[in-house]
Amino acid sequence: MLTRLKAMLRRWWRVFSKPSVHLSLGFLTLGGFLAGVIFWGGFNTAMEYANTEEFCIGCHEMRENVYVELQETVHFSNPSGVRATCSDCHVPHEWSYKIARKMQASKEVWGKVFGTIDTPEKFEAKRRELAEHEWARLKANDSLECRNCHDFSSMDFTRQSERAALQHSTALASGDKTCIDCHKGIAHHLPDMSGVPGWD
Amino acid sequence: MKKLIMLIGFITLMTASFAENQIATLRGETVLTDEPVAPLMMPEVNDDRRLSRDYPMAAPTIPHKTDGYRIDLNSNKCLFCHNRQQVSASQAPMISVTHFMNSDGNFLADVSPNRYFCNQCHVSQQAVDVLIENEFISMDELLKRAHESH
Repeated sequence: MLTRLKAMLRRWWRVFSKPSVHLSLGFLTLGGFLAGVIFWGGFNTAMEYANTEEFCIGCHEMRENVYVELQETVHFSNPSGVRATCSDCHVPHEWSYKIARKMQASKEVWGKVFGTIDTPEKFEAKRRELAEHEWARLKANDSLECRNCHDFSSMDFTRQSERAALQHSTALASGDKTCIDCHKGIAHHLPDMSGVPGWD
Repeated sequence: MKKLIMLIGFITLMTASFAENQIATLRGETVLTDEPVAPLMMPEVNDDRRLSRDYPMAAPTIPHKTDGYRIDLNSNKCLFCHNRQQVSASQAPMISVTHFMNSDGNFLADVSPNRYFCNQCHVSQQAVDVLIENEFISMDELLKRAHESH
């Protein structure tokens, strides 16, 4: 029995280690291509699924804290019916940045397993730290995820209120400030803001 | 028996007084069993033009939208522009100095906790007709009348 199994494994290994000896080049090329399509398609589909609202609120940590807060805001419901959901702001759209962010986000699996924020109290205690991660990220990439929709060159100042036009045509236009500098807490409740410039 | 008479008397009195005071309510003429059609929600005034106040201590109205402006223990969106330290950057009017005063009249270094919840007194406006007519007379009108009567 064991010897037969060993012989079978050895045979398979021979094929695997030098497939071109046993299998035709056409089969290997075409097979490799198909396997690549299936693997790549599967990988990308799985990753994109992890970017859907449905996936994000699959865990109670997101569904009962941050998602509830988002529902009150203009990014969730508005006159035109365009919704910016979790991944629109929290996952970069460009592929290489997206992969980098996704790898970073694997830490969230750790957090989920060990229940880092599995009660409202624990979440509230961590809110400042989590918010600071996102502020730092958006500050570093010049509010890229905001700008995916809110393009500065498409802003019509005459359609903005005087106050908004003043700030956008000066501080934002000069690059002195970026979106997140003023628009903190537009999608979620803010943590204790002591020490944060402007909020103190 | 005595109790019954008292009860009947009480009810009669209540009904009579209620019929007499035709108190205007937000329901208007709609009877209690009907559901009135709610008026359309109007957009908030957002023109940044300050309105005059009807008496010196009147809380100024807010001439801009305040949708989603949160005020809680952690943060106060109004103070992001109207706080003492912020007005040079925002060019918004600074909150009144009375807001730094505690209930004993002593000035504090920062906004007094009993003045922290801005929208208890200050609210955004909508361009709508008054829901119920009122007989409010402004301070200026009172002063004018006082001068005229002398």
